[in-house]
Amino acid sequence: MSLQTKSKSPAGADWTADQPIVSLCDVHKSYGSVEVLKGISLDVRKGEVICIIGPSGSGKSTLIRCINGLNDIQKGSIKVEGQEVNDPKLDLLTLRKKVGIVFQQYNLFPHKTALDNVMMAPVLVLKEPKKEVEERARALIAKVRLQGKENAYPGELSGGQQQRVAIARSLAMRPDVMLFDEVTAALDPETVKEVLLTIRELASEGMTCILVTHEMGFAREVADHVYFTDQGVIVEHGPPRQFFTKASDPRTRQFLSQIL
Amino acid sequence: MNDGAFRIDRHRFAVEHFSSRLHWRHGLWLALAFFGSFVLAHAQSDTQRIPSAIGTLFIWLPFILKGFGLNLLMSFIAMACATVLGVGLGLLQISHSRWVSLPAWFITHLFRNSPWLVILFMVMFLVPFEMQVPGLGIVRLPDWVKATFAFSLPVMANISEILRGAVNSIPKGQWESAESLAFTRAQTLRWIILPQCIRRAIPPWMNWYALLALATPMASVLGVREAVGNAQAAMEAAGARPEFLLPFYLFLLCLFFAYIYPIALWTRKLERKYVVAN
Repeated sequence: MSLQTKSKSPAGADWTADQPIVSLCDVHKSYGSVEVLKGISLDVRKGEVICIIGPSGSGKSTLIRCINGLNDIQKGSIKVEGQEVNDPKLDLLTLRKKVGIVFQQYNLFPHKTALDNVMMAPVLVLKEPKKEVEERARALIAKVRLQGKENAYPGELSGGQQQRVAIARSLAMRPDVMLFDEVTAALDPETVKEVLLTIRELASEGMTCILVTHEMGFAREVADHVYFTDQGVIVEHGPPRQFFTKASDPRTRQFLSQIL
Repeated sequence: MNDGAFRIDRHRFAVEHFSSRLHWRHGLWLALAFFGSFVLAHAQSDTQRIPSAIGTLFIWLPFILKGFGLNLLMSFIAMACATVLGVGLGLLQISHSRWVSLPAWFITHLFRNSPWLVILFMVMFLVPFEMQVPGLGIVRLPDWVKATFAFSLPVMANISEILRGAVNSIPKGQWESAESLAFTRAQTLRWIILPQCIRRAIPPWMNWYALLALATPMASVLGVREAVGNAQAAMEAAGARPEFLLPFYLFLLCLFFAYIYPIALWTRKLERKYVVAN
């Protein structure tokens, strides 16, 4: 709950790796009088891949954006590595170093090259030495299979390439958790694959990933746990095999029958 | 091209419409009208003993061009001041603190919506003609300096609005992704938002320079010895004959036109470039 007592030690200092890395408890969020999240609770363990699915307008994106503090919440608690996100005294810099997010619209900085996009935050925000950052950034660009595109501007790249630069840009901050907000929804079908491949690699390397997605095949294959949300609540959740074959709630079944 | 990422399509049709109308040949028409006016003026001057209008103009040419130099100087200095002050004012306008943004908004709209001539008169009478500057003693403020300051005020206000508009035109996603990468608001403005604004703001900025340069002759009302004031003084000194009026004023028109029109063409070209690049 939001009124939980806070320890005197630095926030989250008592957190250990066997506890959930992200923990949501009874999260409520409203836009004016419209309540979009009506008591969401879920735990994510380190290295887990979580997929959140559900009809549009069910609050999936809002939920994921609350986790790194882009949206504030009215009630409940969100903890990242034991640190309360919904705390006005929270050091946002610390939180955002831990949690990276990739958006549906990539949101690359159009006036900077792919390499600069990846390097900017570590150099300007974390004040890390430029040479070191550049080395890391080049390695990340190679990792998302974009060698040779270092000096390309976002406008010269395809949607899928831009999205992979955006992933590299987030990774450059060395986050512990990655959030993916419908990252393939704006892409051409042929470029969806390359982005999913990148995310799959990340997941297999043990990165904790929370994805909002419409890619059911991908969720089934990659996710450790699938959550189905509708109208601001979690209707049903479970491991993908169970979730996709033996969904019990009629709303889930109806949604799956429309999608699959 | 990295221009590809910049989206400015709102004025697309207006710009294309405009630029199809602007052309170098318009300058030619004006020059023809100018020389035609001499023929006319020459025909009007019946006696050969009095120097012709064109002869008079030729005699006074250095005097008028010297005045024009002052027009240019005033426009440069005023634009430089207006740019610095306007960007500052614009940044205050987009501040999240109402105590900062509200006064900035008020100043912006006060100077944007006042006649330039009124601002000019007010500055002339409110700013003293000499000032005590520590270390320098008494410094005289010539009229042209005061006029320059007066002209910079309305342009400052408009640049403030250009900046505010440009910042608001940057998609919200840019702020969000910067925020999620732990950029502070100031860092986001400095490294991400403002660099993207510069391209968008350059055409309207150039437009305001053109308007400012065209407004500088207003200073002649207050006795500043710029091109128009000097031309009037020259006509007076040469006998104030009515046949002077047309060639003298047409000459002034051509002078300003020759300076401003390339700027206008260049501005349109830049505007179109940003539209096409999209």
